[in-house]
Amino acid sequence: MDVRRESEATPTKNRTGVERKSERELVVTRTVSAPARLVFEAWTKAELFSRWWVPKSFGVTLLSCEMDVRVGGRYRLVFPHEGSTMEFFGTYLEVTPHSRLVWTSEEGDNGKTVTTVTFDETAGKTLVVLNDLYPSKEALDCGSTGAMPEALEQLDELLASLGSVTVTQ
Amino acid sequence: MVQYGQAHFDTSFGALSDATRRGVLEQLGRADASITALAERFHMTLTGMKKHVGVLEQAGLVNTEKVGRVRTCRLGLRGLEEEAAWIERHRQLWAARFDELDIVVEELKRKEKANGRKKRK
Repeated sequence: MDVRRESEATPTKNRTGVERKSERELVVTRTVSAPARLVFEAWTKAELFSRWWVPKSFGVTLLSCEMDVRVGGRYRLVFPHEGSTMEFFGTYLEVTPHSRLVWTSEEGDNGKTVTTVTFDETAGKTLVVLNDLYPSKEALDCGSTGAMPEALEQLDELLASLGSVTVTQ
Repeated sequence: MVQYGQAHFDTSFGALSDATRRGVLEQLGRADASITALAERFHMTLTGMKKHVGVLEQAGLVNTEKVGRVRTCRLGLRGLEEEAAWIERHRQLWAARFDELDIVVEELKRKEKANGRKKRK
């Protein structure tokens, strides 16, 4: 059990949808039980963003997270990696408070990935739709040239180990 | 282009709903076989077996390759497993992220409520 929420009723987890919309596109959907302005805040304030973008369960800690959330503004995330560091960086292309964010990921060798996130509030809940448009099919397929190869590999290992301990829940 | 949505899995499960087709998969699990050999093995016409193999092929469960006049069938399961694993890997990453986001957002909600109460005083 998660001890951080001991005094709270555990919020019911919403379903996370993932679909490969085309050869170059990945679409992720999830409903968050909060108004869009709060969800938007969690995506645009570095101190909040860094708390969830890299979940604790990954066993990787962000070394730094800088975000200049405005059109043309840059972001940079730094992770420890094999005795050195690994960086993810890009530019915000669109910033529409509480409803839409578009940014690029530029760390890949073969072009930019463009991520579009929309926040759609209905009755106090927010539907988050995230669309990753990769520069090529290959970049999305195996990540060998794209956004976060090592991170996904680490994640694979981690998930494998998590899988073996969480089955009993 | 391969679709990874509901429709894709419907096709797969539809293909598996027939006893002969399951038998064909089992057979191919032991060894590759020609359509002619499969038709003989399951006491069917060549046309009937071609249809079954067509359904399995559509679902990505079987691959066929024509060499000369013989069409050889083999299991295509690996592709299906890879697709499912690929999607699942991304889903787990995002589910974990959003679970943490929920915690952050719950905290913001509580703060907002507390501030609201203070302001009204």
